[in-house]
Amino acid sequence: MADYLPHTTNDVEAMLQFLGMDSLDDLFAHIPAAVRLTSGLNLSEGLSEPDVAAIFAGYTAANKAKATAMTCFAGGGAYDHEVPAVVKALANRSEFVTAYTPYQPEVAQGVLQAIFEYQTLVSRLSGLPIPNASLYDGATALVEALNMAHGATGRSKMVISSGIHPHWRQVARTFARGTGHEIVEVPLRDGVTGWSSVDVSHAAAVVAGYPNYLGVLEDLTSAKSLAVEHDALFIVGADPVAAGVLKTAGQWGADVFVGEGQAFGTALSFGGPYLGLFACTEAQVRRLPGRIVGETVDSSGRRAFVTTLRAREQDIRREKATSNVCTNQTLMAVTAAIQLGWLGTYGLREIATRCAQGAHYLFEQLMRLEGVEAVSTQPFFREFALRLSKPASEVIALMAEREVLAGLAVDALSGGPDPSVEDGIDRVLLVTVTERRTKDEIDHYVTSLQEALQR
Amino acid sequence: MTVNPQPGGRASSAPIMGHETEPTLFEMSVPSRSAYQLRTTGVLATALGDLVPVAHLNHEVVAVAEVSERDLVAHFTRLSHRQFSVDLGMYPLGSCTMKYNPKFCDAVAGDPGLNAVHPGAPASLSQGWLEIMVTLEEKLCVITGMSAATLQPAAGAAGELTGLLLMRAYHQANGEVRRRVLIPDSAHGTNPASVTLGGYEVTTVPSNGRGLVDLDALKAALGSDVAGIMLTNPNTVGLFEEEISEIAAAVHDVGGLLYYDGANLNAILGAVRPGDMGFDIVHMNLHKTFATPHGGGGPGAGPVAVASRLVEFLPGPRATRASDGSFEWVTPARSIGRVHGWNGNSLVLARALAYIDVHGGDGLTRVAQHAVLNANWLRRRLHEILPAAYDRVCMHECTLSASGLKAKYGVRALDVAKALLDEGFHSPTVYFPLIVDEALMFEPTETESVQTLEALAQALERIAQRAHDDPEPLHHAPQSTPVSRVDEARAARRLIATADAER
Repeated sequence: MADYLPHTTNDVEAMLQFLGMDSLDDLFAHIPAAVRLTSGLNLSEGLSEPDVAAIFAGYTAANKAKATAMTCFAGGGAYDHEVPAVVKALANRSEFVTAYTPYQPEVAQGVLQAIFEYQTLVSRLSGLPIPNASLYDGATALVEALNMAHGATGRSKMVISSGIHPHWRQVARTFARGTGHEIVEVPLRDGVTGWSSVDVSHAAAVVAGYPNYLGVLEDLTSAKSLAVEHDALFIVGADPVAAGVLKTAGQWGADVFVGEGQAFGTALSFGGPYLGLFACTEAQVRRLPGRIVGETVDSSGRRAFVTTLRAREQDIRREKATSNVCTNQTLMAVTAAIQLGWLGTYGLREIATRCAQGAHYLFEQLMRLEGVEAVSTQPFFREFALRLSKPASEVIALMAEREVLAGLAVDALSGGPDPSVEDGIDRVLLVTVTERRTKDEIDHYVTSLQEALQR
Repeated sequence: MTVNPQPGGRASSAPIMGHETEPTLFEMSVPSRSAYQLRTTGVLATALGDLVPVAHLNHEVVAVAEVSERDLVAHFTRLSHRQFSVDLGMYPLGSCTMKYNPKFCDAVAGDPGLNAVHPGAPASLSQGWLEIMVTLEEKLCVITGMSAATLQPAAGAAGELTGLLLMRAYHQANGEVRRRVLIPDSAHGTNPASVTLGGYEVTTVPSNGRGLVDLDALKAALGSDVAGIMLTNPNTVGLFEEEISEIAAAVHDVGGLLYYDGANLNAILGAVRPGDMGFDIVHMNLHKTFATPHGGGGPGAGPVAVASRLVEFLPGPRATRASDGSFEWVTPARSIGRVHGWNGNSLVLARALAYIDVHGGDGLTRVAQHAVLNANWLRRRLHEILPAAYDRVCMHECTLSASGLKAKYGVRALDVAKALLDEGFHSPTVYFPLIVDEALMFEPTETESVQTLEALAQALERIAQRAHDDPEPLHHAPQSTPVSRVDEARAARRLIATADAER
């Protein structure tokens, strides 16, 4: 029997006596007997921490793909970046970890200022002036952006490039069941969105990826023009690491930027908790989803921070709120601010550049192999898609024997045929290289892939 | 009962070096200073312009900040000293369940065997993670009395919307179009906001004089166009909906479903299960009931468990036990689809499983018992200065009212909440639920000792005495905190959301 309860038996007895009760059961006596659970919970007995640790050791041993045991070339929005000791130490400070939402600003300036700094960084990386305090992840940030577009235009048609990550599009389709949005997915040709193949009229939003999920750098000029022509919001889902060196969403004319912020200090974590990045133009500020921190002063004129524009939020506006978001991903936002502080202006440029250098070096090596071709002839940044002579999932399994996580099978992401890949989707492998990958690891990848294709 | 108010959970001894403003990271920046260090890779450092077409490059440098590691550490450490937390002291925020977060659960989540696994790794290479998910799902179903669950929703509100989409899919599969969802007037704001996003209209059901759902009003609001009802039980006032079986029967009679908002599940662990009360869909806030830390406003996790007739609609893919004992991803036949970019807030899920395993069935039952004991002790202890809005046995939280202090001395719930900060305690939730005048909602949680509760009670007595003696200074509390009351109107009037905003 182990727990974290402070009461002694004497405490419990004395407290019950104070309440005029004989037993703890008396506290629940007003619950109708018909619904009471009389048999207790059918769970195992409580265990000590070391005993539970032993159970979890079994789970961790069965996770063969852990990046500590296998070299990670998988990306798709989840990247194996360096997270230094200093960032872990600061982000794990219990004042940040065990705080609640900053509803009492007088005792929450730490979290509020860290969010303000995070918002500043999101604004700079997106090139847009109005960030929010974070959303769950990139996929749900896109859904919030679509809801914003509906609010801004009164229209329901969402024209989304299939260069947007398949999971993001799947999530958008799920939530469209409730909002009634019509999701129109635009196919890719040679890895580039074929905007002319769909009817954009009456659209609320035009959504493009930058780089798109296959890694391709698309020229977003035509997408922006379409949005302007049809008076739709232009939403750009961008890789925030690439934003260290590439044109920002704002520079491409985006009304809304959404992104996945895991790359800034959050471990791969089997998919969560991650960080939904969001920023928009001044024109959309009243439709902003979730929280936003603003600067103000206290009663003695000192600078202070506080959650603001609260009248948009669910606890005040209820069924007319801009979003239902309450809990967000504050700790990941604080972590991102710390990680970016550690990287600094030139560190961010350096990791973005190194990702591109490693990815291009690997790509060139792979192009010499038999049974490997590029899905797109277009320029890419830090990620690229290959069409192999064997099913991608089979290749991943074979390369795992050489301690390489080879990438992501695109048909596993899409769950079947997808407008992003013209043919042979089961043989398409998405590969990424981060700044952590050495030349030796990249060279080993090349040999392992060659061997896997020959086996 | 005489209790020595030793300050176990009282934070008034926390050291503070001063009340100056902490500069921002950007104000600390000095050109060419840096902290980052990267691995030596041996990859040729080709110029970016040779890899990427020039049209894509940003010719402006995106400024982050330029600080040394030492400055970075000092800055965020000082910010952390300007922040209240559970680890620092008692945080009796009603409805938010700020209980102690066991460090062991953080250690579990910090193991690279869990946190260094790519979410897209095939099931064969991430069997440990799938087993964690299957095991947690099974245990959550035992705790709630449901059949199966999705672990994808990232927070309570995400769980609510997922539940409403499940409700919609269920009715659609039966060829029914239903328009309305009922919600009590005491509900959390996320409920009506989620209803709108779920494509339904809200019908508000009033509470009766006992703080519970008015059964007659509920019946009057029911009809064949009602998709379901969203209920929190115990409700947001901290009271158990004693007519839950009658409510369930009435809603089921018109073909509606019952949605359980699990914000207060921590009150009933081992005592009563949502499934046994007739609920069809249940979300759980793992960051509340199962003590995963709140992170200053997230991450949370909001798994949704359902009755057997809704299992086929659950989001996918779901980790599932295969016939050979291994684990695989399976998407249910009529799944509503994915509700998260990957597999949900996995590290939060792992923490919750560790918490459940340490406690076991008996321990979880004690958690609820002691939470309810503490709330009732505090309610009774305070009834002379802050009477309960509904004066009878409550569950895990008690809703008190400062309406007496306001009438007599002009001291409002907000003033009491702010004055409590000067006493070394975090404020309770104020002005919620909306149906209680000058509400102060205290949720002491099971992890606070009776000595801490006594210290809190004595602090509130001192505040009541000050209200009687000289109320004016209470309107200016707190004074001992890093900043005093902030000008919220100014923040809203002229938005300054970044360091770059025009001032």
